[in-house]
This record gives sequence, C-alpha cells and structure tokens, in this order.
Amino acid sequence: MTAVPLQLPRRLIEFTLDGQETRVPEGSTILDACRAAGKDIPTLCQGDTLTPKNACRVCVVEVAGARTLAPACSRRAEAGMTVLTDSERARHSRKVVLELLASSTDLSTTPRAAEWIKEYEAKPGRFGADVARLNEEPKVDNDLYVRDYDKCIQCYKCVDACGEQWQNTFAIAVAGRGFDARVSTEHGVPLTDSACVYCGNCIEVCPTGALSFKSEFDMRAAGTWDEPAQTETTTVCAYCGVGCNITLHVQDNEIVKVTSPHDNPVTHGNLCIKGRFGFQHVQNRV
Amino acid sequence: MDLKYTDAAPTDAERDAVDGLLGPPPSGWEGGTTRSDEDLRWARGGVSAAKDRRDQLLPALHAVNDRIGWISEGALDYICRRLTVAPAEAYGVATFYAMFSVRPRPAKVLHVCTDLACAARGSAAVCADLTESFAPAGTATEGAVWQESPCLGLCERAPAALLIQAGERPEPARLPLPALPPLPARPPLPPLPARPALPARPAFEDRGSGGGAPGFGKGRVGEQPAAGAPHRTAVIAPATPTALTTAIRSPEHTPAEPPPETAAPQAGHPTLVLLKRIGTTDPASLDAYRANGGYTALRRAFTLGPAGVIREVLDAGLVGRGGAAFPTGRKWEVTAQQPDGPHYLVCNADESEPGTFKDRVLMEGDPYALVEAMTVAGYAIGARQGFIYLRGEYPRAFARLGHALETARTRGLLGPDILGQGYAFDIEIRRGAGAYICGEETAIFNSIEGQRGEPRSKPPFPVEKGLFGKPTAVNNVETLVNVLPILEHGAAAYAATGTGTSTGTKLFCVSGQVARPGVYELPFGANLRELLELAGPPQDLRAVLLGGAAGGFVRPDELDIPLTFEGTRAAGTTLGSGVVLVLDGSVELPRILLRIAEFFRDESCGQCVPCRVGTVRQEEALHRIKDRTGAAAADDIALMREVGQAMRDASICGLGQTAWNAVESAIDRLGVYK
Ligand code: SF4
Ligand code: SF4
Ligand code: SF4
Ligand code: FES
Repeated sequence: MTAVPLQLPRRLIEFTLDGQETRVPEGSTILDACRAAGKDIPTLCQGDTLTPKNACRVCVVEVAGARTLAPACSRRAEAGMTVLTDSERARHSRKVVLELLASSTDLSTTPRAAEWIKEYEAKPGRFGADVARLNEEPKVDNDLYVRDYDKCIQCYKCVDACGEQWQNTFAIAVAGRGFDARVSTEHGVPLTDSACVYCGNCIEVCPTGALSFKSEFDMRAAGTWDEPAQTETTTVCAYCGVGCNITLHVQDNEIVKVTSPHDNPVTHGNLCIKGRFGFQHVQNRV
Repeated sequence: MDLKYTDAAPTDAERDAVDGLLGPPPSGWEGGTTRSDEDLRWARGGVSAAKDRRDQLLPALHAVNDRIGWISEGALDYICRRLTVAPAEAYGVATFYAMFSVRPRPAKVLHVCTDLACAARGSAAVCADLTESFAPAGTATEGAVWQESPCLGLCERAPAALLIQAGERPEPARLPLPALPPLPARPPLPPLPARPALPARPAFEDRGSGGGAPGFGKGRVGEQPAAGAPHRTAVIAPATPTALTTAIRSPEHTPAEPPPETAAPQAGHPTLVLLKRIGTTDPASLDAYRANGGYTALRRAFTLGPAGVIREVLDAGLVGRGGAAFPTGRKWEVTAQQPDGPHYLVCNADESEPGTFKDRVLMEGDPYALVEAMTVAGYAIGARQGFIYLRGEYPRAFARLGHALETARTRGLLGPDILGQGYAFDIEIRRGAGAYICGEETAIFNSIEGQRGEPRSKPPFPVEKGLFGKPTAVNNVETLVNVLPILEHGAAAYAATGTGTSTGTKLFCVSGQVARPGVYELPFGANLRELLELAGPPQDLRAVLLGGAAGGFVRPDELDIPLTFEGTRAAGTTLGSGVVLVLDGSVELPRILLRIAEFFRDESCGQCVPCRVGTVRQEEALHRIKDRTGAAAADDIALMREVGQAMRDASICGLGQTAWNAVESAIDRLGVYK
C-alpha cells in the first residue's frame, strides 16, 4: 500500500503496519497510514483541522519495543517501526478508555461512541451506580449557542480553535485540574461577558455535541431534532467578499444550523458570527 | 492579538505587588492608570515587549498570592494586561496550582500534611485535634484557615505543617530578583518612553488601617492581610496540636526550624560524598564553601572544555537520580550537539514525591554545590541560562539558594564572565505553586513558560525541543550535585564506588517508623537491610515502600534487595527517587493505599482520559474494599487491575503510568486484601 499525498513530494518512509510493509510520506502520523490503508481506528480528540492534543487515548496502537502504547493520531511513523493497531493490549486500553469516558460523561450525542462501545465490548456500567460523573448543567447564557459540559470529554479542541490554532480570541481555556478540570471562561463568567466573538468555530470542532447551536439544543429538548430528515446545502456566504463556504443544514424548510467544509483551503471550516449564525433573516417570512 | 480584559480593577496593594515584580507599567496599553499623549498616538501592540513575558505569569501570580493571600479578579486582570495574556488562559493557569486561590481566603493558611510519612506518624490525630481546638479544615477563623496538604517534603520530622502568611515581604528579607541576562534568540526590547520614577513607597505603617487598599474594612472576611503583618512562612514539624494552634494564632512566635543537618543523621561522617558539606560548612558562606573544596570542579571543567566534561560524566557512568535512570552524559551530549539555540539547563527541584526530601536538604545545607554543579552542566551543554524549578513549599531552600545565587553573582561566579574564562551563565529560580505533576520534565517547561503545568507528549524529547521550544537538559538536584565529585576526583575514582551499572553513591530518604529518619548516603550496592539498620528499624516491620507513591512495597523478608537500579529492577520494584518509607504493624495498610490513590487523583493534571478518570475509579474501588478481604474484594481488585493496565499503557506521562504501581504491589506482594 502507498498513500500518495496531493502535496509537494515528500520522501517516503517504510514501516510495518499490522504485518504489512507500508510506505507513507515522511511526517505522516500512524493514523494517516491507517486511514490510507483503510483501517478504522477510533478517534475523539483528533480533528482534521487541528493539531491533536492526543488526550483522549482511544486511538492507541502498539509500537514494537515501546514501553507504552502510542497515540496513532500524533505519533509520526518512523522508518522501520513495527505497529500493531489491533493487538490485545491496544484493544484493552481502548475498551477501558471508552468505559471510563462513558461512565463519567454523557456520550449520547457523540457520533460513533455507541458503535465503538459495542465493538470493544465496553461496559461502562461495571464501575457501579454511584460513580463520580461530571454532572454539569447546560450553560444557556446567550441566544446563539449552548455549552453542555456534561457531554465534554476535555479534548481541548474548542480551546485550540478559539485560541492560537484558529480564532486567536482566547475566550475559553481549561481551568482547574484533574477530574475537576473544565473548559471555562475567565472566572466562569457567562459567554456574554467573556471575550467570545461567537464565531462558532469551537462548535464546528467539538466531537461530542457538548457545544451546539441553540436551535439544535432546543429542538433536541423538544424532541423535534431529526438529523436523517435534514438536507445539507453548501453555498457561498453572502455577507462579505472573502467567499467562505457555508453548509446550511435544513429541516422542514428551516435552517437549523450552519457548518463549513473543512477541506476549504482558505477557511478550513472556520467562519465568523455572520456566516455561522446570521441566517434568521432568510427565514423571516411575512 | 486583540485581547479583551475584564472590568475588574486591582486594589493598590495588588497593583503594587505586581509592579514590584514587573516594574511600573510602561504605558496605558499595559495596565497603566493614565494614558499619556504618546500612548494615545502610538499603540505598540505588535511589538510589545510584554508578549515575550508570558513566562512572568507564574511569578506574578506568586507576587499577588504572597502579598494578599489570594488572587482576585482585579489582580488577575491587571496581570493579564501587564503581560498580554488572555484572562481565560490566566484563570486556567491560576486554578491549576494548589497554592493559589481565586476565592477570598484569610491571609494565614496552614497546610497540614496528611501524606504517607505524616499519616504513618499520626497526622490524622493532629487534624482531628485542630478541628476540635481551632476549626474544621477550610473554615476561616480568626483570620486564618487550615487545609490538608500533600507531602511537604519534611518527612523526617513528620507529622509536618507549613504556615504561609500573606503580606508585604519585609525589606531585609526581600530577595533580590535576578535579572534575566539577554538571550541571543530573543528580540531586543524596543525602546520605551522614559519610565516614570517609582512612586516613593510609603512606610508600611503610614498607609492607614487598610494597607492602602480600597475596599478593605467593608466587612469581607480575610479580604486583605492586616496592616503591618509581613509575608512570613513557618515550618512546624513535628506538628503537635498545641504547636499548630500557637503558630496559626501568632506565627511570629513559631520556634526556628532546626538546621538542615538534623535531617542527615550521618552528617560529618568522613565517607560522605554528596552530603559531605552538610553540617560542616556554613551554607550562607561562599568562602566556607570554597575552603571546603568548592569551585574546584568548575575550575577542572574549564581545563577540560565542554566535550571533556561530558566525556568525564559518561566515563563515570552517572545516571539520573530522578527515577528514569537515564545516562546523564548522554543527555548532555545530545543537548550540546543540537544546532538550534539557545540551549537551556533546567534543574528539577520540584521534589514532590511523597516521602522525598533529599533535594531539600542539599539545597538548604549546601546551596553553592547546586550553583556550581549547574554552572558546570551549563558549560558542558552550551547553555547561558539555567533555571531552578523549585517546589513552592520550600521557603528555606528558596531563601538560601537566592542568597547563594546573589553572592555567586557578585563574586564573578555567575554572570557574563565566570572566573575570567569568558563563559557567560546565570541561574534563575522559578517557584512552583503546588502541583506534583510539575516535577515531570516537560510539565516544568509549560509551568515556566506560564502555561498550565501539563506534560507534553514525547517525542519530541526535551534535548531537541524543551524549554521555549529549544534544546534543554533537565536534571534533578541530586544528579547535578554528583557532577562535583566526578570532576574533583576523576571519572575512574567516581566509578570505583558502587556496582558496574550503578556507580557512585545514592541518597535515600528514610521516613516512617524508624528511630532516626533522615537522608542517608550509601554507596550503590548496599542492601535495604543495611540501610534500615542505620536508621533503626521498628520491632514489627510490616512493609517498606520503595521509590515513593509511584514505587512499590516490599516485604520484611525481602530486605536483601540490593539498592541498585539493576537490583531493584530484578526484584520487581524500583529505587525511584530514593524513598524508603518504613511501616510497622500499627499502620492500617488499606488506609495508606487509599491515601496513595487519593494523592494521584488529586495530582492528575486531567489532560488524558486514562489518568483523569482512571485515578478516580481506582480510588472509588479502594474505598469500596477498604474493610473487605478475600472474595468480597476480588471483583474490585480485578476491576482495578484492568483500569491500572490501561493507565500504564495509555496515559501520556509517568504520573498516570505509575499511579497503580504501589497499590498493585501491596496487593501482590503484601497480600493486603487476602
Ligand atoms: S464562538 Fe468563537 S470566540 Fe466564542 S468561544 Fe467559540 S471559538 Fe471562541
Ligand atoms: S466542549 Fe467539545 S470541543 Fe471543547 S473540550 Fe469539550 S468535548 Fe472537546
Ligand atoms: S497521565 Fe495524568 S498527569 Fe500525565 S498527562 Fe495524563 S492526566 Fe496528566
Ligand atoms: S484521537 Fe488520538 S488520542 Fe484522541
């Protein structure tokens, strides 16, 4: 197998992936190699537009000779490496990590979580009924989006997107330590008092649904959120001349949320408040 | 970057505390109260010097916390403006460290250690008594509050406590802040308009009853320290209930700490190498240090040249004493070879492993040794700047090292031209603020840089990308001090002591139920029994915890274990940081295990899932089985094993990877729940 990048040519390195000789461009992660080879490795904190924090540890793989497992999302493939993606040890860690997450966090809106829990035979219930959980109330402090940290897995993606990787607004950061660590504004003030500019880039990257459009949050509460019934239309944002791509998610002829294609070389899925949230005027009918 | 600050204003005392560290704000853009005409015409946002000073965040938080006792919104916002740091990020940093509070609390905080050695010597009774005679933990009473604390590094005098009283640092004791020598890689500071002169500081008594702070005296408990009460720390060990209540009510009357050599029972013995100056040489006197062999190693280093020094250290077979046992010469060699620059040297003096206090004794009893050793190491790796990352809970080591650095600087042993050899090197102390994880080598970098003290994932390794992203060698205090005998007597003489793969001598921190707890120095190869004989073992020895909370237990019938890296490894345990915690039959092991689990749960940085949630699940399981044995405990033990395996395999750093070791060894080797 050879993964060929659509970029400037890079040197290829050779290593062994699950017993097969594999060649990847230098600098590729083990995960890149796995995906090129059609292997499905679970990931949560990894994101296509961000440098992963490799904090969730569901993507761990076994590298021969290493004392510990390696996060596939961040460990670069090295020439001569021998990697096992589905070894007993790797599967065990993934299973336990899924159990730890599901026993402390609400994963109900995390895409694929249920599927992986089944695949790895994880039993989050086995830690007992009165285990410590996040137990956070949703934070509804503005009309645009809701932060429901009971669903947060502390993947740092929103922090990175808001901070130095994209938005440079630094409205949110992780505060506290250990199990008490939470994504927070300064002193926990409402978003409306924080530096947030409502670009929604944090929502775009959140892997769990902990951050969601108020529209989605309200519809879920009312039981009217119906994803399969939604259509997606990608168009060009009309507000300014940059020409960002926006994807309108429409249910029952109403725009319910707006995302942006991550493969856009200019915006990489990022928008501003107008492109992200300024869609009401479209559906204000007389 | 266009940062949005909050509307909260600092009090005068808070502003003063920050300005005392950073100097007055150069312009209205950086927190000045007035904007000059020039400010209004010229915004230096893009080239602001403040952007390069994010690493002053931790010192600035310390400055406010030391002065006021806690960090208010106004103080935090002022720090952010001064350093161009986003408030949310600064809040994330401030809430990471246990010694800081972002909620109002009294100026006097008493930290009572309830960790392993103190627990083994009765801290629970002390806490119960304090609750009875003073107030429950966490309840502000009489302008003071007490709280339980992880290991304070005073295990030889357990149970121990540390009182910190916020206030202005009294002038004579105020430690001069070492100025950062210019680093080649950093852009020079842009010229600034002439700074207004510092307003004359009124005498403390002249400031009126509020210490000059508006808002004081409006009835908020513990808002500001009482006028006139200076910043003060006091160590109370052994901590008797009476001594603690006296200390908390009148800290000025706490008896002086015994000298550091009382923690080294062998002090003065002619065979000592690393401890040879402890108790025999005045730690405050550079002349005494030189008269006792000081600075011969550095002179030899200059004759050998950097490569020669590295060769000696390699030939001596010195390996790191921090637990990982990596060859020191190798680390230096790789750092020295890195083309990227500048190179940094970091001394890991964040000794937070429960049961460890040897670095404290070295730094308090022989501070110049560390200064000299760092100068040698810096020379070898081509660094111009060294940092000592010191535990926040070590006030005496901070004072003594600060004094040693100052004297060395005035005598040309640090600075632009050391001993006239044309080598420029200086050392700065950075205080930690109560986070065990900051002893992890990459977490130190984040902490110094003003980020949350979360470990970085490796690779890249520090020798390539360390502090400020530059090649960095990190060594702990004991490792560095070993460099002196290597250079004084030569590699061969050094390697003649110890075994083939563990050369030299090793410091052990013996605590718990022994007659003479303290730091012992033995040549590698001595066994555990010999060490315990020196310290006076208990009659009914139950177990020994080797290597600390991240180490493992051994049984009374295993005392022949040789105390070498290879010997302990072969016996399925570890030397770790040299902890030897001795427990007798009176100790309830399940409680000790619970304390270990609680420690790791408290100290996990929270970055990765196996450790953040795993440590919680382990503690829960240990709670469930604390009074159970046999079949009743089997399920939970199996569960802990599964979680422990995933933590060991999948955690980012050593904390999560080793958090299960001690408990597992207690189950397997001691049969605790049988
Ligand atoms: S909406 Fe934008 S500015 Fe606000 S927190 Fe999210 S990423 Fe940051
Ligand atoms: S809110 Fe979402 S993006 Fe942010 S840390 Fe939590 S799970 Fe990750
Ligand atoms: S193992 Fe624990 S301490 Fe280390 S990075 Fe992970 S959460 Fe932080
Ligand atoms: S996806 Fe790799 S650690 Fe989270």
